[in-house]
Amino acid sequence: MVEVQFRFREDEAVNDPAVTVDAFAEQTNATAVRIEPGDDARALLPHLDRIALVEVNFPAWTDGRGYSSARVLREAGYAGEIRAVGDVVIDMLSHLKRCGFDAFAPAHPLDPEDAQAAFDRWDNVYQATGDGRKPIWALRHGV
Amino acid sequence: MYKYDQYDQQMVDTRVAEFRDQVRRRLSGELTEEQFRPLRLQNGLYLQLHAYMLRVAVPYGTLNSEQMRMLGDIADKYDRGYGHFTTRQNIQYNWIKLEDTPDILADLSTVEMHAIQTSGNCIRNISSDQFAGAAADEVIDPRPYAELLRQWSSFHPEFLTLPRKFKIAVIASETDRAAMKLHDIGIKMVRNDAGEIGAQFYAGGGMGRTPMIAPMIREFVPLDQLITYAEACLRVYNRYGRRDNKYKARIKILVHELGKEEYTRQVEEEFAHLLTQGIEPPLAELERIGAYFQDPPFEIGLADDLDLSDPDFRLWVERNCHAHKAPGYISATVSLKPVGGIPGDASADQIRLMADLGKEYSFDEMRVTHAQNIVFPHVRKADLYALWRKLDAADLGTANIDTVGDIIACPGLDYCSLANARSIPVAQKISERFAAQEKQDALGEMKLKISGCINACGHHHAGHIGILGVDRKGVENYQLLLGGSEAADTSLGQITGPGFDENGIVDAVEKVADVYLREKQGEERFLDTYRRLGMAPFKEALYG
Repeated sequence: MVEVQFRFREDEAVNDPAVTVDAFAEQTNATAVRIEPGDDARALLPHLDRIALVEVNFPAWTDGRGYSSARVLREAGYAGEIRAVGDVVIDMLSHLKRCGFDAFAPAHPLDPEDAQAAFDRWDNVYQATGDGRKPIWALRHGV
Repeated sequence: MYKYDQYDQQMVDTRVAEFRDQVRRRLSGELTEEQFRPLRLQNGLYLQLHAYMLRVAVPYGTLNSEQMRMLGDIADKYDRGYGHFTTRQNIQYNWIKLEDTPDILADLSTVEMHAIQTSGNCIRNISSDQFAGAAADEVIDPRPYAELLRQWSSFHPEFLTLPRKFKIAVIASETDRAAMKLHDIGIKMVRNDAGEIGAQFYAGGGMGRTPMIAPMIREFVPLDQLITYAEACLRVYNRYGRRDNKYKARIKILVHELGKEEYTRQVEEEFAHLLTQGIEPPLAELERIGAYFQDPPFEIGLADDLDLSDPDFRLWVERNCHAHKAPGYISATVSLKPVGGIPGDASADQIRLMADLGKEYSFDEMRVTHAQNIVFPHVRKADLYALWRKLDAADLGTANIDTVGDIIACPGLDYCSLANARSIPVAQKISERFAAQEKQDALGEMKLKISGCINACGHHHAGHIGILGVDRKGVENYQLLLGGSEAADTSLGQITGPGFDENGIVDAVEKVADVYLREKQGEERFLDTYRRLGMAPFKEALYG
């Protein structure tokens, strides 16, 4: 199993083996699930209360479906860990975090200094994405 | 026009720092070219046949004289003294060095400009009507909505690695001057029966190898739901747009394969959900942006007449000027299509001259058009003659807007690594063939568009006359299309038949023009005659 290199959660890391989205509904004792780019994250919504870990796989970092998967889960109220796995590169980190990812397990470990710079890159943001950050329009209008 | 506040400036400065860091990692070998490619593309940097090309964004085509001057200075400092204005109302430079690009972006940021998302599989520069805020026929100025969308789409974390590029246009008049229905999303600002302004959404249009006209998917989106609706459109596309084949990855294929009804149903479902998520900026933000687009201080009581005794000036006024909403004012288009020139090119000196003239004669404002020309939107009619004289002295006074000489052409095989054939020499030869004023007069409105490959950057599908360069067994070959239009009566051109060689295509265009002159009835434009008669008489002349 690939190591989690960055994690932004206080709770104990869950390292249960993740099962596929298809299998998850049947395996009622599973607590970790892995979303591939073609999977519909909405299929998990009836089961959110027993999920402790969602891995979202990026076979290629240029396939951006995983960003929407994470947002779908967060918008439905899922508060457990969402971990980006696979081809996770420096330049994705801040955007992944904005979409609700809070753990990162890149297939190839990233330079820690470059990664930190990437996480810290954007002092402000233009959009509301449910990550708790106030977008620029909210700062402008005090809302 | 819009002015950055501290936040906008900080966002652009941050991007410059991020890109500088990416270039550093590339030059040090930390990033391979393959890894670097998507990153540089999101900053408008392409690797072309001979050098890097940098595409600079001109949001909704609007710029002030300080910005225009900077574009000229960059052409001198980092390129070979030229810039090339594009069909997305941007400008690109064809001879750029990779190691210079962070400095170029830093220079641009000093005048509130950037190259953010001018390429790559993300939401591109938002285009609009070049006469926005000036046209007599608009419902409202579309640019505040375009600016709201610009901020929303800049670094949108969910939509930076879409299946394919994504282009949005915003217009606000019945006369479509921005090819709105040929965009991934086209937005037309409208007023409903209750007198309220809202956005009409069209989705799934595009050119490229599978041209499609976007169907309307929503008649009216209220202004306080505009961003939320756009986000719903994008999320459905990001999740379900095809990624197995890059030629089928644009949203037009998704809308086509699902059908307009099913795509719309999915968008509406996502929209209903997103309305609960609080992602919409308050209307106060639109009001804040709108305040920057108030009319300039037009003088009241100006005379509306023009002295047209100089015949060359008269022709230029007829061809290149457009009605303005304020009495005594007019909008003037500078043609970047001199006979034998490279369509859309301007020298650094010409760019700086336009910057000065825009300041002197047009309230410090200019526009880039999707037809690769420059507009002075607000000129006092009393000043128009003086302006024209100065333009004409700099070879910027060509009177040919929307005529056969006003050719849209992509850079083609002279620069582009995707091209199959050259576009520029064909454009030059056609403009020379039709250089005689009487010919252009007789032909009237005749929009000719040339692409050097099926990606259709030169909009050939939407030309009254379209030319598509292909490679046939190693030889450049040009197919001819007739009957396209990018205006409100959007239509896609049809191929006439077998293609022609470089000289043959110029002859073919002339034969088509001759058929029109022979068959035209009354005030018919070429396009009207073609629509009345169909392909047959043209085919007969070409191949009979």
